[in-house]
Amino acid sequence: MLLIHCPYCQEERPELEFRNTGEAHIARPADIANISDEAFEVFFFLRDNPKGLTYERWRHIHGCGRFFNAVRDTVSDKFVTTYKAGLPKVAVVRADDGSVRVSDRVEGAGL
Amino acid sequence: MADIAHAHRSEPLSGRVAGAAGVTVTPAPAAGRVALRVNPSEAGQLSSILGLALPLSPKTSVTTETGRMALWLGPDEWLLIDASVDAGPHLTSALCEAGVLVSAVDVSHRNTAILVEGAGAQATLESGCPQNLSLTAFPVGACSRTVLGKIEVVILRTGAEAFRVECWRSFSDYAFTFLADAAGDALA
Repeated sequence: MLLIHCPYCQEERPELEFRNTGEAHIARPADIANISDEAFEVFFFLRDNPKGLTYERWRHIHGCGRFFNAVRDTVSDKFVTTYKAGLPKVAVVRADDGSVRVSDRVEGAGL
Repeated sequence: MADIAHAHRSEPLSGRVAGAAGVTVTPAPAAGRVALRVNPSEAGQLSSILGLALPLSPKTSVTTETGRMALWLGPDEWLLIDASVDAGPHLTSALCEAGVLVSAVDVSHRNTAILVEGAGAQATLESGCPQNLSLTAFPVGACSRTVLGKIEVVILRTGAEAFRVECWRSFSDYAFTFLADAAGDALA
């Protein structure tokens, strides 16, 4: 069974306790009432569906109940890292051998 | 004049017994329960009201000599269990007057508990719970909200060979039947 590290429980837990809750780091527009229909469509409906690394929100719904962010490789289904909600995007790099690890460099703060 | 009708509390699992060689599965006595949410930085201010210090580390619990338990469920969420059936209303009103922003909900009747004890207790739970329940990963006093079969439960290890399984009342028949079935295979 896939084990997922919960940053709040601080240990790896079985995947049955978790639920995927969609793409992470999507910032809600500050003036959402005034944006165009097209901009709202992009914010509300349009999601990436990458083959490879993806940033996702996960919820430890049958555990501590907290939402957190995860970096996952959709090809291998491997979790690169997980981190608490609200923290800036964690940068990851893919090495020549295909393995992925957390980069020392931190990208600009996003939600 | 009509007689006054008194509501009689009926336990969902009363009278049920199950077990197999090395495992007993029994309904726990009725208890008072409170679902408590409070900012962990202010949790210490509730110690005098609760008579215990809320555990702040994941997967830990505190049990007092008077039979009151506080189980860490999340960073700002605890389940309080008191041996006294009537503790719920007293606790919630006291907590709400503590001067700290809290959410305290009496869930005494929402939950019920099943005690799984004996040499095969761990194996019984492992048949439906995906967590590592070995003594090193899940020592005595450890507690966690998790999954048992198809339902969500809170598991508390009360002894090396004893567990308390808290489940919702409406799921209790499923939970008890599941554990009774699993007990038969535990030491087989």
